[in-house]
This record gives sequence, structure tokens and C-alpha cells, in this order.
Amino acid sequence: MSYVLTCPNCGPREVTDFGFGGEVNPRPTGSPSLRELGEYNYFRRNVAGVQREWWSHRSGCGEWFIAERDTRTNEVIFTALPADAEAAGDATTAGAASHGGDGSGVSGGHGA
Amino acid sequence: MTRLPEQRGERIERDREVSFTFDGKEVTGLEGDTIGSALFAGGQRTFSRSFKYHRRRGLLCCAGQCPNCLVAVDGAPGVRACTEPVREGMKVEHMNAEPRLDFDVMRATDLVGGPFTPPGFYYKTFIRPRRFWPLYEKVLRHAAGLGKLKKSQPEREWRTEYRRRHADVLVIGGGAAGLSAAAAAAELGADVVLADEGPEPGGRLLAEGGVGYARELVERARSAGVEVLANAPALGTFDGLVPVWQGDTLHQIRARRQVFATGAIEQPLLFPGNDLPGVMLSGGARRLIGMYAVQPGTRAVVATVDDRGLHAALALLDAGVEVACVADLRAEPNGGPAQALQRMGVELLRGATVLEARGRTQVDGVVLGRPGASSDERVLACDLLVVSGGSPPATSLVAQAGGKTSYDEERGYFVLDDVPEDTFTAGQLTGYGELEAAELSGAVAGADAAHALGFGDEGSRSLADRDREKLERPRAWPPKVAVPPPVTSEDRGGKCFACLCEDVTAKDIHLSVEEGYDSIELSKRYTTTTMGPCQGRMCQLPAVRLMAKETGTSLAEVGTTTARPPWHAVPMGALAGRPFEPAKRSSIHARHRELGGNIMWAGDWRRAYDYGDPKAEAMAVHRAAGLIDVSTLGKVIVRGPDAGEFLDRLYPNRFSYLKPGRIRYGVITSDSGRVMDDGTICRLDDDSFYVTTTSSGAGAVYDWFSWWLADWQLDVHLTDVTQGLSAVNLAGPRAREIMGTVTELDCSAEAFTYLDGKQALVAGVPSLILRIGFVGEVGYEIHCPAAQGEHLWDALMEAGKLHGVRAFGLEPQRLLRLQKMHILVGQDTDSESNPFGAAMPWIVKLDKEQDWIGKWALEHYAEQPSETQLVGFTLSNGHVPTEGAVVMPENGSPMGQVTSARYSQKLGRVIGMAWVPAALAKDGARITISDENERVEGEVQTKPFYDPDGEILRS
Repeated sequence: MSYVLTCPNCGPREVTDFGFGGEVNPRPTGSPSLRELGEYNYFRRNVAGVQREWWSHRSGCGEWFIAERDTRTNEVIFTALPADAEAAGDATTAGAASHGGDGSGVSGGHGA
Repeated sequence: MTRLPEQRGERIERDREVSFTFDGKEVTGLEGDTIGSALFAGGQRTFSRSFKYHRRRGLLCCAGQCPNCLVAVDGAPGVRACTEPVREGMKVEHMNAEPRLDFDVMRATDLVGGPFTPPGFYYKTFIRPRRFWPLYEKVLRHAAGLGKLKKSQPEREWRTEYRRRHADVLVIGGGAAGLSAAAAAAELGADVVLADEGPEPGGRLLAEGGVGYARELVERARSAGVEVLANAPALGTFDGLVPVWQGDTLHQIRARRQVFATGAIEQPLLFPGNDLPGVMLSGGARRLIGMYAVQPGTRAVVATVDDRGLHAALALLDAGVEVACVADLRAEPNGGPAQALQRMGVELLRGATVLEARGRTQVDGVVLGRPGASSDERVLACDLLVVSGGSPPATSLVAQAGGKTSYDEERGYFVLDDVPEDTFTAGQLTGYGELEAAELSGAVAGADAAHALGFGDEGSRSLADRDREKLERPRAWPPKVAVPPPVTSEDRGGKCFACLCEDVTAKDIHLSVEEGYDSIELSKRYTTTTMGPCQGRMCQLPAVRLMAKETGTSLAEVGTTTARPPWHAVPMGALAGRPFEPAKRSSIHARHRELGGNIMWAGDWRRAYDYGDPKAEAMAVHRAAGLIDVSTLGKVIVRGPDAGEFLDRLYPNRFSYLKPGRIRYGVITSDSGRVMDDGTICRLDDDSFYVTTTSSGAGAVYDWFSWWLADWQLDVHLTDVTQGLSAVNLAGPRAREIMGTVTELDCSAEAFTYLDGKQALVAGVPSLILRIGFVGEVGYEIHCPAAQGEHLWDALMEAGKLHGVRAFGLEPQRLLRLQKMHILVGQDTDSESNPFGAAMPWIVKLDKEQDWIGKWALEHYAEQPSETQLVGFTLSNGHVPTEGAVVMPENGSPMGQVTSARYSQKLGRVIGMAWVPAALAKDGARITISDENERVEGEVQTKPFYDPDGEILRS
């Protein structure tokens, strides 16, 4: 697996420079039921096709941004800062940019 | 050391000698030599012992293609002697021979072991009796492999780097075609990189007297702006990314278009004795002569299937080698080189080839004749047998990029059929072997690549089209090639090697087919043909030919094995690159070493666990004062109008109400309600907070913060100052007095109360002082610029001398915090722990109007208390349970575990923390702890062991 992502700050870089934050996973609003909360925390769509996802330029500026990528071909359709992501490209995945709240996308272990 | 008179374009510098050792013996070469050329010039003929049979092997290709000259250099095995330049003082050693290269006891496997070592012999010969397998295994393990690696290495001796390079066009191969392609693309404005595996670009020109012209081509490319990487083999293609190894650097090159000009690979012929030292490919012989002025032999026989061998014969004559006979497999070689040879009186046998090579330690004679016919055999004495079995294109790399090959019956090998849209090809790879055609095809490919990217104009396009037409015009003398039989002679006895790397003979392929491995991919895996260091260069085509013969099918049906990286052997160290997680040391580290600190790993950090006496260090904190370096803490400045709201959304408690100059403890939870990290937060002013995290959680917390900030787009700016600031914690009953001597800040109990955070000069250094008490005594955590960390440490140690201050390490700190029941996230909690279970319900403000990460899950947990609770315990006897020891309730089934335990000298008993069933989470409950077959009785305690109401801390 090898492809290029374009960091909104730094420009095109190898994918190995980036940290993957998983597919955009809208955080429920209001007061979710236990089931909705469980789905948000633990379920992912895992599509074979175009999806919106979070990336951070871990070995670079550290910025978190949104990419739209075809999971079958690794073709990156666009990358954008969250504020610009709604306008960019076709809104193939509806909903506000939000991510998995269980912390699984964050690097490293936790603890002292 | 004997050399020929000066050769046109030789690479050696005759007045600069280079000395090195081979197996301990002094060898003198010349600047520009390779290990191989220097040793050969000095008379060395055997360079290695083969993989399985330990047969002598000598120089074959002299171009880094075959496995015959692998040696160890300065302890690093697997170096190709024929391409590695000599260096003064280098230590070269042979591999795979015991006790000596010229006397190898394992040679027995060749002389008597034949019947016992068929393909798969591990599982045939060495399987009975079964009980002997462990013994066999030991012997086999010892015998297997080629070189020896050092068993241990105290530190990394070889520094390597990655380099990422994005370009418009990458040209792989720096022969005439590649150089022309690179120049053509660059001249149209493209950013071009060219990678060539040779000692310098030029390809065949180097060995064939064209070095001057090669350098002209390089100059033209360089002046057009091409980045030329010499001595830099491309290793493979990975979805458009091409790793190119060059010395200490692994270039990772991604180009929008790729031009493959990888040339052709001259093939050996298969006949008994085809691996003897003295059997050399024509390219190898010509490289020795042309590049290093070394005579490859004194009396030669040449066997060839095309003009290449004839040219080599002429070059041998020029170098003063007697050419006894040339066998050309073609019925009617009548071109220029054939005529030239005849003019020079060299006997030319038509339709003949080599049937056998004879000799014990090296070639001393050959049998020539017609394949399949026993009449007209000629036996000739010689010390050099030059073979040329055809030069099929090197399609492996372009095949990895998606190129397709098909079998060309006329030439008898596989040629390129189809390449992906964004790749272009040139030179011998596409059949353009002559210099002029190779250059022209390069110019076309380079221009096409640049045009595809929008460079150039109509003029350059029509120029490229004209060149293309010229190229496609039928050539006057299409080079004729004879297709050699899979084996030139059968039933002569002796081994014919199809695969030199793995010692696979023609007979082994026959056996593998007989046993049912009748496809090339199966046979490859069974016999390991094509899987050795040459990566199929020398053996793929012979194996396919043998397979076609054995299975009675055509080569087109047999096909080739899948091309896989690495195409070129590469040291693991080059792939490892630079470590991106180096050891971290605080700016005060030198002091810890001077104090005799017991330095150990703590996550990525090197930290002092203690300074020799952890118990006394802990007692010093209780009795007088202690100083600990806590620079490893994660430190983040959260600044902006929305900073308070940002923290309110991230933590279960409130920070927007925190007054400037005050501190609050915080636990970070995930949306599943789990404890991720903890730390203190000090409000510096209305818009700024200073957040500390655990040492090992620093990176993850900063990632977490910046992720949510990107999502919420609040008006907040984050600055990670973990590495920029040092921090020390001064704690103990005398800490306040000590502070009074190093700062003008009023440190009285009334003016500087518990959980105050103040900025002031400490020992002249601008600092942030946090009055917190992780270790249970009055304490000041002082944060200052890392550059002044050592100065601050020194000043505090000096000021505290009178008061009995003592440096304390991580271990006493862990005891001191345990006395206070302060949890260590990750030690006392795990990925399943929530704040309620971790005995911190007070941290969760469910009445907070603000939504925060973890709120919904924690609301749920609040209603359904966890089954287990984190509590403290004390033990009556002196046994300190292991961390992880099992908590056994009355009925006997394990219901929890010990997370921390220490003996406290201050309290005079063993204390600890453990997860226990909720029913037992009350003061005075009895628990049984089972620790390595020993059971101890403990008593639950829910309030801190030391200073339970925090009176000392607040004083």
C-alpha cells in the first residue's frame, strides 16, 4: 500500500507520513440511546468505495484534516481542512465531520 | 597483480594503490577497483562456496547479477565483491566455507551427498528415525545459510536515512537509452530523477570502450537538470513508489511517469560443469578487461548464441587472450564480427555449443559439439570459457509495475508485451540493443513521458514523432539469435546448474516435476529456484525452459514466475532507515548520571528510577525535602477565547469557571467513558490554560486535543511545550523554606496556597510554579524553559543542602503517590476503567450543562455502578504482592487484581491498590490475595494511607 495524500498545510506527502483517524463518524447530538451510543463508539460502516475519513499529518505539521478516498483503489478524491470539507468535492458522506469517540484512532498507549 | 596496458575508459587509477585484506591476507588493488577485480587481478579464482554443495564458484557476471562472489565485508555478510569498490583497510572474508575457502569439508555434500540431497531433502533424508530430528535440525541449522551475522551488537553501527523524492519522471536504468530518456524529458522542462545500479551510469558502454561517450550523455542529462543517482539500484515498484538504495540512503521516489530502461540480462548456458570457476559470461569478461584492465584468462573458448559472444571474442583477442575456438549455435553467423574473427584466424564452429566443462578447481578444458549429436566433438584445453546464452530483456521491474510479457519464439525468451499507461520503456528492454537505436528509443520514451505531463509544444511533439518513425523503420540486419536447448548435452554425468544461488540442478527440476510440482510456481517453491540472491536473473529462463521440456509443453504455456520485490538485494539496515523514536532525555539528565542515578526506560524516556536507595529517598521527602525531575510530563498550552469551553468539552469536570492562578485535577475520558489520561490544569489568565498530562500519554493527549479542535473549530490554539519546558518537583516539610531562598515570591502558606499556580523568577529563571502534591507533602512543581532546567536543578539542590534536600527517583515517587492513593493511569487503570470504578466519582460533573466527551457513557455508568472497584489495601504481614496478583474472594473465584503494591517505611506496612468486587469496596473489608501460590490476607481501605484528609498537603 502506498499513495500520496495532500496535507492542506504542507502539500503532497507519502501516506506513511500521516496518521489515520478512521472514517468520519458523526457524533450523536442530544441524548443518544444506549444503542445509538454503542453504534457510535463501536460500529463502523467499513465501506468498499468512497468514504470520508480523518487523517493527521503526524510526521509533519500535525494538522487533522478530512480526506475523501476510495478504499478499493486508494484514490484520494480530495483533502481539506474540516471547515472546507463540506464544500469540497461531492458530499458523498453526509453529516458533520465527527470522529470515533472511543479514542481508538489516537496513537500510542495511554497511561503513566 | 598483473594488469593489461591502459584500456580505453578504464575505471582504475594506476598510481593510487588501495590495500585491504582477504581472509587475513594483504591484497593490493587500485583506486576504482572492485573487490572482485582486485582479487582476480591478484590471481584469486574461487570467490565463494555454493549454497548446498559447497562447490567452488568464481566471477561470472561481474555486474552484481549473480550470487557467485558474495563475501563479507567488515563483518557484514552478503556483499557482492564484483560491484563493491575497494576501500583502504577493509576486511573482506569468504562466506560459507569451513575451515577455508580452498578446503571446505562440507564439499562432501557434493561428492557423496547427491542421492541424499534431492529437492526437499529436509523432509526426505532427514526424517527417519524421527527421534533423531532434533539432532538433524541442529546440523541442518548450522549448515544452512551463507553468511554469519554478529550475535549481538551493543549499538547501531550503521546510520541510514530515508529520503522522499517526488518527481515528474523517474528513469530506471542509466545506459544509453535511460540517459537519453532522462535528458529528453528534462530538456522539455520535466523534473527528472535517474537511478542506475552501475558504479557509474553508462550501462554496457562502460565495459565496451564507450565510457567517454557515456560521460557525455551523463553531462547532457545533468545540465538539463536531471538528478542522476549512481550506484543506486531500484528495488521494486510499490503502487508507483520506487525505493532506490544508494549507500546509506533509501530514496523513496514517486514520479508521475516512469521510464524503464532496465536493459537485458545475459544468460548462462546449461551444461555439466557450468558453474566451474573460469566459466564467465561474456559481459563479465568484458567488464574485467574494459573497466579494470584485468585479463580474464590466458586461453579462452567462447560459446554463444548471438553476436554478443563474437564481440566478446574480439575483445579477448584485443586483450591478448588466445581464443582457441568460438562455438556459435547459429547455423550461419556471417555478420561483421564473424568475418572479423575469421580474418584474425579464429576457428568458428557453426551450429555448435559447449557440451561440458572440465576441471577440478577451475576450468581446464571444454567439450564442444552439436547439441544432441555425439559426433564431431572437440575437446579443447583452456582456462576461460566465455558463454553467452542470449540477452533477454530485464522485465522484472516493469512487470511489478503492471507490464505484461509474452514468449517470443524466435528469440527463445520472454519479451515485453504491454505496459501500463503511465509507464514508458526504452533500450534493450524493448529490443533496441544497438547504441543508436537505444539512444533514439530513449529520446522517444523521455519525450513521450514529458509530453504526457503537458510539457513541450507542437514542435517537440512532431520531433518525437519523427524519431519514432525512424525507430520503427525495419533494420537492415535484424540480429539473429539461436535458441539454446534447455540443457546442451544430456547423459554426460556431472551437475548442470539451473540455479546457482540455491544449487538447483537440471535433474532437480526433473525430479520436482516427477513428484508432481509441474507448474513453474510450484517448482519454484519446492526447489527454491529463482528465490535466491540473483532473484531469477540467472535462473528464471533456464528453469522455464527445463519445465517446458519436462512437462512437454511450450514456454508460453509454462509462463514466468511472478515478479516480486526486492529486485536487487538490499541490506536490512538500509530499509530500517533512521529510528524515529529515539530515546528522550530531560535537559537535567546529566545531573542524574552524576548523582549515580539508576537510569532505566520509562516509555520513550530515560529516567532515574532511584539514586541507589529508594527507601531513604522517600523518607527524605517526608522528613526534609526531595527533588525529582518531572520534565517528562506532557505539557500543552491551550490558549484562545474558547479555551475554557474547549476544556469543558474534553473533561468531565469544569474548567471555564476556574479562576486564573488556580489549578484543578482532570481526567480525560473517551466517549465510551473510559479513563484515557490524567493531569493538572492551571489557568494562567482568562484565555490561557497550562495542561499537564502523564509522561507516556503526552503524544496521545496532544493528538486527541488537536483532533477534537479540528472537528469543533473553536477559537483555540494548542502549543505542545513538552520538550520545550523542564519541570522539577520540590516536596517535603522544608520545601517552603527552600523556595524562600530562591525566589522573591511570597511562598507563605497564606499567600501561596494549595492548588495555586504562580509565575515568578526562581533562581533567576522565569518559571511557572504549581502548588500540587502528587507525593503527599507540601510541594512545588516548577516549570521553566528546558535550557535553564539544569540551572534550576542545581540552584534548588544548592539551596536545599542546608535543609537536607535529596534527589529522588521514579521508584520512591511511586511509593509516595501510592501512600496518597493517587492513581497511575495505565498502571492502576486499564482500557476498561471508568472514573466511577477508579474511585473518582467526584471528578464527573453530571450536572454540567455542557456536553463533553464521555458524558453519555458516564451517565450510564453512574446508574449502573461497575462490578469492581479500585480500592486501597493494607497487609498485616510483610509480603509485598506482585503487581497483577489475583484477588480471591471468599467463594474462591478470582474477582480482581492487585495493580500497585509497596512496602512503606513511613507507615510500617505493606500498602497497595487493587480492583475488588464492589461489595468489598468498603473500609475494613477482608480480601485474600493469591500471589504465586501464597495467600495473604488484606484489609480494604478507601481513604489515602498517608495524610487521609490532606491536612499536611494543604498546610
